Amino acid sequence: MMHAPAITIKNAYLRYKNHLLFDQLNCYLPASKTTCLLGPSGIGKTSLLRLLANLPVDTKTQQAAEIITSDGLPLTHRISYLAQTDLLLPWLTCLENTLLGYRLRKQQSHTIRQQAELLLNKVGLSKAFNKYPHELSGGMRQRVALARTLLEDKPILLMDEPFSALDTITRLQLQELTATLIKNKTVLLITHDPLEALRLGHQIIIMAGQPAKLSEPSLLNNKPPRDLTDPFLLQQQGILLQQLTHANEKSL
Amino acid sequence: MIFLRGIIITLSFLLVWQLSVIIFQLPAYILPSPIQVFAALYTNVNLIAQESLSTILETLIGLFLGTLLGSSLALMMTFFRPLKSWLLPLLIVSQALPTFAIAPLLVIWFGYGIASKIVTIMLMLFFPVASAFFDGLRRTDSNWLDLANIMGASTWRTLWCIRIPAALPHFASGLRVATATAPIGAIIGEWVGASHGLGFLMLNANARMQIDLMFATLIVLVFLSLVLYFSIDKLLKYFIYWQKEN
Repeated sequence: MMHAPAITIKNAYLRYKNHLLFDQLNCYLPASKTTCLLGPSGIGKTSLLRLLANLPVDTKTQQAAEIITSDGLPLTHRISYLAQTDLLLPWLTCLENTLLGYRLRKQQSHTIRQQAELLLNKVGLSKAFNKYPHELSGGMRQRVALARTLLEDKPILLMDEPFSALDTITRLQLQELTATLIKNKTVLLITHDPLEALRLGHQIIIMAGQPAKLSEPSLLNNKPPRDLTDPFLLQQQGILLQQLTHANEKSL
Repeated sequence: MIFLRGIIITLSFLLVWQLSVIIFQLPAYILPSPIQVFAALYTNVNLIAQESLSTILETLIGLFLGTLLGSSLALMMTFFRPLKSWLLPLLIVSQALPTFAIAPLLVIWFGYGIASKIVTIMLMLFFPVASAFFDGLRRTDSNWLDLANIMGASTWRTLWCIRIPAALPHFASGLRVATATAPIGAIIGEWVGASHGLGFLMLNANARMQIDLMFATLIVLVFLSLVLYFSIDKLLKYFIYWQKEN
């Protein structure tokens, strides 16, 4: 894998029809660290992520941003993406779904197939290689999606509420697993769950207001994933919840 | 269970038919009894089988070519966006033309043989296939497209690996409609002008007041259409194994 760069977003601007979502937004994602982005629904978190991933937008949206990487190379082909829904293709098996990127780029090989199997083993799906998505539970499907994302082996990872559709226990398990597997990647994680941000993040940013502004990042010192029984976690969760409630009121 | 129900429905239908012929004392040239019809089927089995062959051939070739034309049009409209605004009105006009009315013209253009029937079938069924498939291709989940985009897939690979498979269930419903229509197209073509086929046989039998033969041919036609429909349906279910069913 290429070395993970830090990313600076400068003067991000997005207008949808006549509604200004954000303007002059600045954001710094430190290299090989996980940045968690929290904030009320509809504030523009996903739009910011899409802007970063350079995904196409409809004609009603105007957007711009200056994106600078610490190594000076463009972001293209250096990003992998994990969404809220697993986006598994129902006609492909788990293994084939994991290999989707390589199938799309016509880069499938014996080696990459072995790596895919290894990753599926790591996420606990050793018995489901040849199963189809409809035969799996929601948690297992998201595990396949995680394996697919990691197999891409990209230094930058964008995650948009990847665990929000899962039940609490599955979510906690997957957070732990993800944290161990995404070390050394520059990660932007959008979430609604303060506990998730506190367990997985190196820094937390809150997006609020209209047009939206970003808070100063609050840094978390020890290494993720943080233990659930950590009293620091609970204390921080209280503070973060207060901040989020405040952010919600400000954005109404 | 479905099989049993089919048999029960068929038997009760035949019973009602036979009883009404007996009760109302209908002459055979108005409504022959089922027994007479099956007798006609038995005595004319060679003739009907022979005439079936050309109808089957026309139906299969027409279905294949019509489906091919329909899906190519859908793919072209998906891929070359400007083409859609030019092509779509034309397609809709082609459906506004009553097939019955232009069938004689097709016979003049393509002759009494198999070609005019194939063209009639194609005209009737390319549209349901094209519109269903096009609809499916347009409705690809945009999140899948975003994923493919981030993964660095080319437009062609995205089409081949994601958009086409995702549109197959839509395509299948178009093809099912087409399969049900194809034999009708063949019969229309044969009615208008032919020297072979079940439609030709029915028209002849009708003209000679051989109503029992006409009914026998009709039964064979219904049977063939059902076999065709259920074979295609089975095939589609086999290939589109991921489609949910209640």
